[in-house]
Amino acid sequence: MSASRVQGIVERAEDLCRDLRLESVRRWKEQNGGLAIGFMPIWAPRELLRAQGCLPVGIMGGGEDVEIIKGDAFYQSYICHLPRSTIELALGGSLDVLDGMIFPAICDVIRNLSGIWKLRFPERLAYYFDSPQDFDPQIGGAFLRRELEEFSHALVQRGARPLETEALRESLAAYNANRARVQALYQLRRDEPWKVPTWELYLLQRAGLVAPVEEHDRMLDEYLAAIRADESRRPLDQARVVLTGSFCEQPPLGLIKTLERAGCYIVDDDFIQVGRWFKNPASLDGDPLDNLVNAFLRDSLESPTRYEEQGNKGEELVRRVADSRAEGVLFCTPSFCDPALLDQPMAVRAIEASGTPWTAFKYAENNGQFQVIREQAGTFADSIKLFSEALSP
Amino acid sequence: MTIAARKDRSQERQKQMIAEHFQRLGRARESGEKCVYTFVPGNLTELLRAFDLLPVLPEINALQSGMRGKSREYIGLAEKLGHSEDVCTYVKCDIGMLKSGNIGPTGERLPDPDLLLLSYTGCFTFLKWFELLRQEYRAPTVMLHVPYQADGQITPSQREYVVAQLKHKVIPALERVSGKKFDIDKLREQLRRSAQAEDDLVWVLQSARHRPSPIDAYFGGVYYIGPIFSAFRGTQEALEYYRELREEVAERIALGLGPVTPDGPLEREKFRVVVEGPPNWTSFREFWKMFADEGAVVVASTYTKVGGTYDLGFRHDPDRPLESLADYCLGCYTNLNLPTRVDVLCQYMDEYSADGLLVHSVKSCNSFSAGQLAMLNEVERRTGKPVGFLESDLVDPRYFSAANIKNRLESYFQMVAQKRAAAPRTEASAP
Repeated sequence: MSASRVQGIVERAEDLCRDLRLESVRRWKEQNGGLAIGFMPIWAPRELLRAQGCLPVGIMGGGEDVEIIKGDAFYQSYICHLPRSTIELALGGSLDVLDGMIFPAICDVIRNLSGIWKLRFPERLAYYFDSPQDFDPQIGGAFLRRELEEFSHALVQRGARPLETEALRESLAAYNANRARVQALYQLRRDEPWKVPTWELYLLQRAGLVAPVEEHDRMLDEYLAAIRADESRRPLDQARVVLTGSFCEQPPLGLIKTLERAGCYIVDDDFIQVGRWFKNPASLDGDPLDNLVNAFLRDSLESPTRYEEQGNKGEELVRRVADSRAEGVLFCTPSFCDPALLDQPMAVRAIEASGTPWTAFKYAENNGQFQVIREQAGTFADSIKLFSEALSP
Repeated sequence: MTIAARKDRSQERQKQMIAEHFQRLGRARESGEKCVYTFVPGNLTELLRAFDLLPVLPEINALQSGMRGKSREYIGLAEKLGHSEDVCTYVKCDIGMLKSGNIGPTGERLPDPDLLLLSYTGCFTFLKWFELLRQEYRAPTVMLHVPYQADGQITPSQREYVVAQLKHKVIPALERVSGKKFDIDKLREQLRRSAQAEDDLVWVLQSARHRPSPIDAYFGGVYYIGPIFSAFRGTQEALEYYRELREEVAERIALGLGPVTPDGPLEREKFRVVVEGPPNWTSFREFWKMFADEGAVVVASTYTKVGGTYDLGFRHDPDRPLESLADYCLGCYTNLNLPTRVDVLCQYMDEYSADGLLVHSVKSCNSFSAGQLAMLNEVERRTGKPVGFLESDLVDPRYFSAANIKNRLESYFQMVAQKRAAAPRTEASAP
């Protein structure tokens, strides 16, 4: 009974994930009348969007479900896959339901995609959201606050309601509650990974990119209740691994399933970070816009896209490995992803210094063959299970 | 003295200036001079010089390694050390050079940085590059984050953010490293000289409006921008160099001469093109010769704006020193959004009476390359002039396919010739 409940919830999530024409967003707009604003990975101010009556819609490209015809005419072969499938979706009309797009400051490719948007869709809102790399509240914080105010104003010009303090405070609370649910599932997966397969958790997060936050909350609650009641999920002799490098272009679902079937329990990952970007609840006291700014400055996840003023690169990954009691690291990175691949040598150095085994491979969002990765991940998992003590320092 | 010799004199002077700078860097440990590693776009040379600090520019080291045939070995070493084949080859070339003893282009060992000044303008890779170098050198690092001109203009908020970082982060870091107090008058003096040199550089670049153009604004242009984009902006040497260069170019105009190419002066200008994107450095001369063999002159290029868009009107301003530095950083070419870059290209096509546009897309630089195909289509749509697309890399010789590029260039110029033959004849424009 519980197994079929879980299956039903996951199927709903997968339907939302594969709804590339954004029919659910269309229905939301018909019912609510607000603006729907798309955003690219990794972080966007969803709290502010919701407070102004907008639906934030995470766009992660076309994945494995879109045949690229026009998109390849926009990008050279040495540029990652995400922007070409995103352009393909836009030119094919799939994103017409969106009233605007946010392009966060991730890398040069996503930055320049904002320019292509301006050239190709001049009538639509194409907003490059420049978050600071200076984390001093008086400098970077002041800049971020002005950015948020300007963005809010741009939304109003497109027909959103003006930003009000109480609405933003309530929205911060709503997303705090949502993040707490996602983080609880991540914790449960760390503790009992057989209960929460990563491919399911991944789909649930993908659903949260398009569903209104309250609807996503209900889905997460139902899932949590269903898996707790599901007695059929039993531990297997799998290697506990942290997966890193997949924060922007997402791997095909089949790749995640392949890694799990190859003998890996993924006990931490960096998929779809927007739902976990703040590590702790944003404060609800005082000015909520300041609280949003402060959460970004002081409490964001570490990311290759974010400058680290202090410490050594890779220390955070070592800590995540320790916290999740992982036995190995999978560097699972999209081809041509500059932030991930430039970061990788530093992360590898830290991981090697900690004595943790690792392996690395690359993917594109539309890969369809996983045999080589299955063999690599399977051998890696086997080596951990068989020789983990010998590999320890 | 012949014109060729006078031309050579400015080139020799430029080469000598840069060589002397590298020699000075090589002696820095003995002389006690402090060094700051930083980047070309958004460089703060006047500010560094105001503290008597010497700039070291890893991009320049990488391109020099490319031109001297060293980059293949350096990139290979970096890849062996775990750096991905997918990422920027400037970074890998620099890492490989560092791991090979950090020997600069003049054969002397470059000093370790006393400070890494991470001026983050127009390129995310810079951030990762200095994170990598920080781990190697264990040097203090100061970040200057320059926001992107996403809407095609500098906003007061962006300027305020950059100035605040200069005041509260960068200048205190330079004071700590140099042991000297900030002297704003010294900075103003440097900026005054910068503006004068910038006037002369713009005059030289805009001389390409003439027919025949006295300069090649891409292959030749990279020599012209050398001093002002590297360690010399704001110095008396740069001021004198650009004055002399201007005089040389004025004389070429007076004599109706075309640019000097790898095989000597170009006898007949057949094609005038605008080029978008950086050059290839490993086969620089061969690449240039492919253009010259076709009688093609590059009359305007975007690469020569990567360290400052002076021809679009920007000048360093001693009366608003920090604001002016902020505007400089914000205005570098790769910090402009794609619609603005398209506007600039269309303006060049018109202003320089170009026959067409060529995009040289390099694998290493997403800041330049991502979106170039969309730009190309837009420029073609607006101007109706022929456009062409070439691909190679900055310093990885594995990506320079000479036969393929030559083939494409020949086809492109045939297309331009056919289009020209079919079009009604227009008057040549000259300023």
